[in-house]
Amino acid sequence: MSDRYLNLVNSPLGSAVASRVGLPQPAKLRRYAGGDPLLPGPALLGATGGKPAAALRKLLTGAGAEVVDTLGEGERVAAAVLDARSVAAPADLGALRDFLAPAVKGLQANGRVLVLGRLPDGKSVTADATRQALDGIVRSLAKELRRGATANLLWVENEASLGAALRFFLSGKSAYVDGQPVVLGAGTAPDPTDWDQPLAGKTALVTGAARGIGAAIAGVLARDGAKVIAADLTQAGETLAKVANRLGGSALHLDVAAADAPPRLLDHLAAHTDGLDILIHNAGITRDKLMANMKPEQWDSVLAVNLESQLRINDALLGSDQLNPQARVVCLSSTTGLSGNRGQTNYGATKAGVIGLVRSSAAAFAKHGASTINAIAPGFIDTEMTAKMPLATREVARRLSSLQQAGLPIDVAEATAWLASPGAGGVNGQVLRVCGQNLVGA
Amino acid sequence: MNTRRAAIVGGNRIPFARSNGPYAHASNQDMLTATLDGLVARFGLQNERLGEVAAGAVLKHSRDFNLTRESVLGSRLSAETPAYDVQQACGTGLETTILVANKIELGQIESGVAAGVDTTSDAPIAVNEDLRAVLLEANRAKSVGARLKALAKIRPQQLVPSIPVNSEPRTGMSMGEHQAITTIEWGITREAQDELAAASHQHLAAAYDRGFLDDLITPYLGLSRDQNLRADSSVEKLGKLSPAFGKAFGDEATMTAGNSTPLTDGAAAVLLASDEWAAQHKLPVLAYFVDAETAAVDYVHGDRKEDGLLMAPVYAMPRLLQRNKLSFDDFDFIEIHEAFAGTVLATLNAWEDDDFCRRRLGLDGALGSVDRAKLNVNGSSLAAGHPFAATGGRIVASLAKMLHDNGGGRGLISICAAGGQGVVAILEA
Repeated sequence: MSDRYLNLVNSPLGSAVASRVGLPQPAKLRRYAGGDPLLPGPALLGATGGKPAAALRKLLTGAGAEVVDTLGEGERVAAAVLDARSVAAPADLGALRDFLAPAVKGLQANGRVLVLGRLPDGKSVTADATRQALDGIVRSLAKELRRGATANLLWVENEASLGAALRFFLSGKSAYVDGQPVVLGAGTAPDPTDWDQPLAGKTALVTGAARGIGAAIAGVLARDGAKVIAADLTQAGETLAKVANRLGGSALHLDVAAADAPPRLLDHLAAHTDGLDILIHNAGITRDKLMANMKPEQWDSVLAVNLESQLRINDALLGSDQLNPQARVVCLSSTTGLSGNRGQTNYGATKAGVIGLVRSSAAAFAKHGASTINAIAPGFIDTEMTAKMPLATREVARRLSSLQQAGLPIDVAEATAWLASPGAGGVNGQVLRVCGQNLVGA
Repeated sequence: MNTRRAAIVGGNRIPFARSNGPYAHASNQDMLTATLDGLVARFGLQNERLGEVAAGAVLKHSRDFNLTRESVLGSRLSAETPAYDVQQACGTGLETTILVANKIELGQIESGVAAGVDTTSDAPIAVNEDLRAVLLEANRAKSVGARLKALAKIRPQQLVPSIPVNSEPRTGMSMGEHQAITTIEWGITREAQDELAAASHQHLAAAYDRGFLDDLITPYLGLSRDQNLRADSSVEKLGKLSPAFGKAFGDEATMTAGNSTPLTDGAAAVLLASDEWAAQHKLPVLAYFVDAETAAVDYVHGDRKEDGLLMAPVYAMPRLLQRNKLSFDDFDFIEIHEAFAGTVLATLNAWEDDDFCRRRLGLDGALGSVDRAKLNVNGSSLAAGHPFAATGGRIVASLAKMLHDNGGGRGLISICAAGGQGVVAILEA
């Protein structure tokens, strides 16, 4: 489903008209394509309370960024990275203004603002209040940025995952992630041998892989080097086979909601793989009805597919010898799980439930050879499903985010692939929104 | 000569569709390519160079002289995978399995696909035989005058096309009419036929419901189950149908559209390999191909009862069992292709007939009884349908999976074919 409005306002005439009458002007987002440099221009690096740490500079240059420390008059940068981990009192926050004000002015289209902070830790009220303030600054700034630029916040508790996080957030892979905080904690996060193939040698399973977001995830995992098992219902087998053949993976007919799905999955893994490294719980259905009209079967089927299947499969995997150490599990939630949506009490239950699942099982996965489990909450993504929405509803929904457009399945897939990568080992039990900073339920 | 075992790794087929149904516009090449691609997807064989692909179709366009090779070229297999066509009527799918398995056993190839496809919807229609003669003569003519003279012989009635018919060239009788004789001669009742048909539907429906076919099938053109399958089939419902074949026998006619297979479109493929190849590709083995035997009967001149068109498996079976020193009791599953319910029942009767087995099969007595609890336990052609050349692949893959799920055992396959032929084979796990 092409976004005609987006295309229109990016034409010379459309752009002129839209700006005069004050219509939203969504930008064509910078999305990653193979071989792209990390950034299309230099990255301005700064720090509150002193010089930027050498380690951070090294990570940035190692990722391929051209780092500059000052921004001359009229100069432009593709990214502004501010290490604000030292802030301890409200007065320290002025340094953010000092850095960000000129940086935002010099930010190229599709620029990236990345702030590094430290999580409040309960030791000092003043320090905690100041640290938390970063969240408000980044979220507000994200809403101010235009032309496809984004702002995100990394709570760096441990630098093990910082390299991979910088690569994700500065690149086109994070195009639709905006205004989001992520905690980088302790964890095992080895650098891959080849950053272009971070998943080389890994076996990944994606449920609901026949179309839409699942197919995109399978594609990105394969691009990044994983051997992908694309799973979906038998009924979806025709398109599933095409997906598997396109990406050089294999197709598995599996109804995740079936009672025997966990043992069948374990059998398949035991027979066909050397254990599973990456599991993407993407299979999901909607059976929308207002609560007053909700039938038991509409309620039950959504619960069974979207939530119960994930619980049962995770349990089975953790209790088996089929889940490799440093495994990565990513569960698809939704902004509906965070903000609710009319007519989706059943769907909302499962998508919020997945968040509970992820938070509650993070420790168990960490114990399983430093594995992780995280959730992705997509916002409004253009898929076959949303293409069926009435035009007006879809158009309004598309503009209701800071980026003023819908995301694409690839945006969800890129975020999933980052969380599934070895380098994201310090991210566990978290929910990452891929929603263009959707204005609903933020 | 040293031989090794040929492993059956798995299979893939598209759901079978009734003639002129969902696959009406799909060609044999379309269906075979889709079936190969489904197999490639299931086992991750993209760009893999296999030892060979052997497949065939019974109803074939002349342009499809290289049907299998063309399908391979259109599939996601490596274009360096050789292929050839085989045609042995309804025995095609099993015969290709035998060919590929033999080459693996001999060490000539490491892997291969045996397949079959048939469409009765996209059937080849040829020009009228008289017209063909005229056109060929015109083609041979050396001058314009001679060509025009030849073409002047075209007559309106020659424009009626020649449509393939499901009949035996030497008798002019359809397969159903042949079977109707056999059914009566062997005293097969209407009730027994309807019971077998109902069981076939019920067994196949149950197999689908418990997910048995999940890794045997890839949906095609919107169809995800065999279109012919009637889960609610019953002896009562089947009993209401009027006879379709053997109407000349009047009240004795017992063969209906319900206890005969319908014309069907579909394709099936089986992946075979050496143990080494399977292990290298991290693909588990379902079962092994053991042995096979093919027989033929003189249905044109032979005995009306004992040399029926579809009776050849009756003769092939004792030879196969003797060679392998096995009896029916040594098998866990027995798959007899249900061309017609009457075919299966006449075959079973013949093997239980002491006199017949002594006289015609050279045995000391009856070959034996097949335990009905082992027969076509997941349904067969009456329910699934029967795209001629695809049936062998359907049965081989399904039986291999049954043996694997059973934790081991032996399985027997029996397939009758046009031309008075029959192919039988043994699998074990």
